[in-house]
Amino acid sequence: MNAALIIIFAFLALSIFLGIRARKGKDMTLEQWTVGGRGFGTIFVFLLMAGEIYTTFTFLGGSGWAYGKGGPTFYILAYGCLAYIMSYWLLPAIWKYAKENKLMSQSDFFVSKYKSPYLGILVSVVGVIALIPYLVLQLKGLGIIVSEASYGTISPTLAVWIGAISVTVYVMISGIHGSAWTAVMKDIMILGIVLFLGIYLPLHFYGGLQPMFEAIDHAKPGFLALPASGLSTSWFVTTVLLTALGFYMWPHTFGSIYSAQNAKVFRKNTIVMPLYQLVLLFVFFVGFAAILQVKGLQGPAGDLALLRLSIQTFDPWVVGLIGAAGLLTAIVPGSMILMAAATLLSKNIYKVFAPATSDKQISTLAKCLVPVVALVAVYFTLQGGTTIVTLLLMGYSLVTQLFPALVFSLGKNNMVTKQGAFAGILIGVLTVAYVTVTSSTIAVLFPQLPQVVKDMNVGVIALVVNLVVTLGVSVVTKQAAVVKKSNEHLA
Amino acid sequence: MKIQHLFALIPFIGLLGGISFANKVTPYVAGMPFLLFYIVMWVVLTSVIMFVIYKIDPVNRKEEM
Repeated sequence: MNAALIIIFAFLALSIFLGIRARKGKDMTLEQWTVGGRGFGTIFVFLLMAGEIYTTFTFLGGSGWAYGKGGPTFYILAYGCLAYIMSYWLLPAIWKYAKENKLMSQSDFFVSKYKSPYLGILVSVVGVIALIPYLVLQLKGLGIIVSEASYGTISPTLAVWIGAISVTVYVMISGIHGSAWTAVMKDIMILGIVLFLGIYLPLHFYGGLQPMFEAIDHAKPGFLALPASGLSTSWFVTTVLLTALGFYMWPHTFGSIYSAQNAKVFRKNTIVMPLYQLVLLFVFFVGFAAILQVKGLQGPAGDLALLRLSIQTFDPWVVGLIGAAGLLTAIVPGSMILMAAATLLSKNIYKVFAPATSDKQISTLAKCLVPVVALVAVYFTLQGGTTIVTLLLMGYSLVTQLFPALVFSLGKNNMVTKQGAFAGILIGVLTVAYVTVTSSTIAVLFPQLPQVVKDMNVGVIALVVNLVVTLGVSVVTKQAAVVKKSNEHLA
Repeated sequence: MKIQHLFALIPFIGLLGGISFANKVTPYVAGMPFLLFYIVMWVVLTSVIMFVIYKIDPVNRKEEM
């Protein structure tokens, strides 16, 4: 056991300890467990929401993309920014309605707005299907971090098991309270480490930021901008827009909206959130620094860039701290995802079919489902090869399909009917599934179109189809309802 | 359409509409390639714009608690 591993495990133990401590003196009803009794103030909500952004995907994936793809990576900075702007109006509206109606999960929102438990089931199924690859991604990241930081003594498989078991234990014991406290620790660590690495590495290897970028531009001309085709400007614009719309549609993010004390919390957060995001800039710098220092990481192996460069540069104890920060970036979102999935399965699917179940039983069932969901994720993590990124993008496209029905439901006179919402979401999700499974792009589907259209994110098609069907079916069902009513009137 | 909604549109125009004009490596600004600098600039501007919106939106005064 080296210094790096000792530090990583010490942090793991500390996060579990924080989780156990956080539940003290609280009666763990479903409301406490999943939405923290709706008592979180500005800072906790900020950290929970910010925690969703700093996942292993951004820590390893952000630097990995900078290393492997260059300019297109910058989209990560842009979409959050636009999502925060929308959140100024979106989140208070959602929160207010959720509080008035005592909602616990994302599906509850749709059930209550559209008065249809079956729409709730659809939304839950979409949510759980989208969450699994997201969880797989966290576990995979965990596996990479722990095995790299152990200098090969712990295999990635064992690391995945250790990670999955600790997240499970911790979620079952403390629910969202544990996540909030670990999020505090995580954000302090990540801030310190990412700033240090992002400033130190370019200085150390290149003598500064601009010399580094100049060296990269010299070695790979044009790498630091968007290419003319493929991940081009039209890819950038459509991807940023789609991910911004999908940003708050993840069931676990949606769930953390409910944990706030009041609506003002969200509006205040939108001022700081964009700035906080700039931490990602330093993650990119690390990836760029690795380009000319760590050679030959191809494709998915690019995710190793940050850790490889660190191992090459620093003593084991520094690697240990980096690994520990990485571990926490997997545990916080991982626990939120597990909780959201378990709540959806028990409350929004099981209870619809067994309405007699008491709230206490649902609460117990939700906790028992945590290890089940974790096991499924472990299975896919150990099975899955290179398809992870495909799965995550599919997850994002899936949850984005919930956006139209949600936004319409917030309006004063909702013109969308429950049938319209159901049909729109279903057809949108099926389109995403078809496109992903056949790995179609707009270029493949419509080869005769100009390059600008061909590079557009294929999720745009699904969203447009979704919108058309939602509105079309709503008009038809509304008319049918009117006709039926007038017929009844005549009879 | 209130004034704060118009303000909120500005970053969308900057980040989505302006990106094809900003898509170049040089000149370097603050050590960063131009495209990256341009996006970072908009992130900071968004924060400023949200501050302004927060201040002028009457709803935040009403809910003082």
